Amino acid sequence: MPKTITIAPVTRLEGHAKITLQLDDAGVVQEAYFHITQVRGFEKFCEGRPYYEMPGIMARICGICPVSHLIASAKACDALLAVRIPPAAANLRRIFNLAQLVQSHALSFFYLSAPDLLLGMDADPAMRHILGVAQTAPETALDGVHLRQFGQTVIEILGGQRIHPGWVVPGGVNEPLSLEKRDKILAMIPEARAKVQRTLTWFKTATENFHAEIEVFANFPTLFLGLADDDGQAEYYDGHLRLSDSAGNIVASSLDPKAYASYIEEKIEPFTYLKFPYYKPLGYPGGVYRVGPLARLNLAERCGTPLADVEWRAFRAMSNGPVLSSFYYHQARLVEMLHATEKIEQLLLDPEILDKHVRASARVNSNEGVGVAEAPRGTLMHHYQVNDDGLITHANLIIATGHNNAAMNRGVLQTARHFVRGDQVAEGMLNRVEAVIRTYDPCLSCSTHAVGQMPLQVELRAPDGALVRSLRRD
Amino acid sequence: MSAAPGAKTFVIDGVDASATPGQTILSAAREHNIFIPTLCHLEGLGDVGACRLCLVEVKGARRLLPACTTRVDEGMEITTNSPRLADDRQMTMQLLFAERNHVCSVCVANNHCEMQSMATTLGMTHVEVPYRFPALTVDASHERFTLDHNRCILCTRCVRVCSEIEGAHTWDVMGRGIQSKVITDLDQPWGTSETCTSCGKCVQVCPTGALFQKNRTGERRGKDPSFLPYLRTMREEL
Repeated sequence: MPKTITIAPVTRLEGHAKITLQLDDAGVVQEAYFHITQVRGFEKFCEGRPYYEMPGIMARICGICPVSHLIASAKACDALLAVRIPPAAANLRRIFNLAQLVQSHALSFFYLSAPDLLLGMDADPAMRHILGVAQTAPETALDGVHLRQFGQTVIEILGGQRIHPGWVVPGGVNEPLSLEKRDKILAMIPEARAKVQRTLTWFKTATENFHAEIEVFANFPTLFLGLADDDGQAEYYDGHLRLSDSAGNIVASSLDPKAYASYIEEKIEPFTYLKFPYYKPLGYPGGVYRVGPLARLNLAERCGTPLADVEWRAFRAMSNGPVLSSFYYHQARLVEMLHATEKIEQLLLDPEILDKHVRASARVNSNEGVGVAEAPRGTLMHHYQVNDDGLITHANLIIATGHNNAAMNRGVLQTARHFVRGDQVAEGMLNRVEAVIRTYDPCLSCSTHAVGQMPLQVELRAPDGALVRSLRRD
Repeated sequence: MSAAPGAKTFVIDGVDASATPGQTILSAAREHNIFIPTLCHLEGLGDVGACRLCLVEVKGARRLLPACTTRVDEGMEITTNSPRLADDRQMTMQLLFAERNHVCSVCVANNHCEMQSMATTLGMTHVEVPYRFPALTVDASHERFTLDHNRCILCTRCVRVCSEIEGAHTWDVMGRGIQSKVITDLDQPWGTSETCTSCGKCVQVCPTGALFQKNRTGERRGKDPSFLPYLRTMREEL
């Protein structure tokens, strides 16, 4: 008899979701759905607020990546003011954004995915968490804690507080960097970098144990989208949007981020609150793309810092074209963390970073502004419209996790088809279905800008819709 | 030591004290280093007893009296701190928070807000009464400043400073009870006011994020109304 398996909630994710696997009479997975079960409404309740409150309001979408929202929002506000912010302010924001990338990647890799990678997909669920990692490999767990601390401390030094700092404002930042603070950050970098390098070395040997997962963890052709500079170098704060296909051909090299609405469309499916963006010229599903660490390394022609470039070359050498298996998001995340430590250092060593002119002031000069930056999980877009007084009349946000939605759903289906047979499935099999989602490090609260209700769950359903099995962890 | 001519002697929190003729309970208490919470009172402005935080017990009075507008009388026995007063002040604070839309985390005045600090000082941990969530507007028509009715507590400091110090009387209050709101001129957009001199005094004295300088979020320093006593003195000397 056809059946449905429900995994609910899906654990070790940021936000709440469930997975439904639909089985046929032979017990083979026919369909898989990744449901995001929350609605929040930030785009609506910010209407009527002054534009300069937007960075602070939008940062509240997420406690993990408030900095990403601050930056995209402040950039959208810069566009409303129609100012070019002082170079020192732009570079300070860059450092801020990279520090956020390090702490968020560390959370994803060490806290959420290392339990699977270190202890194994079939390990006892009672041990499959960061404390289990700490017992088995204390050094790895400590590296994770330290790297998270590194990112958060840089954010605190620059912004005054770790979560929801109010330092990034329309027109720049509201306080220049002091020499003392700069040196404090510089002093922390070597240790952080050594820890990333150590982790990369370990991860590359650990992949030996995951051939089956690498093969089916969302390992399929899609487009890739991300920011790059004029020379094709990875860019996290500014630049153009670049799109490549699964063979590595550049489909579009310099899309204007401000015109995103002309080439990105969002499809709506009834089973989830999260929309499915796609590249308009290629339609749906041909225009489905991935964003985030894997996409950024696939798109870029280099990272632009020496150590990361060595790792980037090794990463790209794993495949003739782009690296297609989402399992490698993990490795891409580590390469990006390495790049971040180098880039932060480069930016801090430039004497201009201490420039006192860090804020441009102006009144509203444009009724529409778009801000695009790379968040840890991928391209983040904030788009605002204001009236002549600067009060918000319309806001639209496209979040990294949203861009990856179609690929996550297809990844769940691919993984479930491989690992799940019949309703008597081992817990470790279902854990793999969750783990494929974790490779994307989705932030569901961000992507729906919604009020959360429940963590992720998995359902197995019969063709007639009858619930066969449901897994839920609270 | 003999008291000054006309001085009033009274008892405050069990301590014998004296006040000058016409002196308010609040002023006399502060001279004696006794804390009475206030929000609408501001040194340099006339008092109106709007916020009701400074209510004190006066022996023989049937109800609580506002310390900022009640003058000390000979032989008064005043209590500024009691369980009843603590409860009353907590409830007043809670009602202020529930009346409009105060969301500290995203407020321009966060960490520089007199209402927020007073709630902390009074030990307010939560709001027991239901929030009203009224649909209120933001007036951003002025070139430099914004008025957000969501954050106004009707203390009328803006009205008083504009009238008493600047002499423009751009601000006033219209409506009654829960419908009351501050307005500029004849309830028109601030930016179209013909009397406003854009001096910004109203912004500096506003205890919350209701009146704020545009695009000045996230700054480490708050408003500064310390110019008031100075201006008052200078103008009285003219």
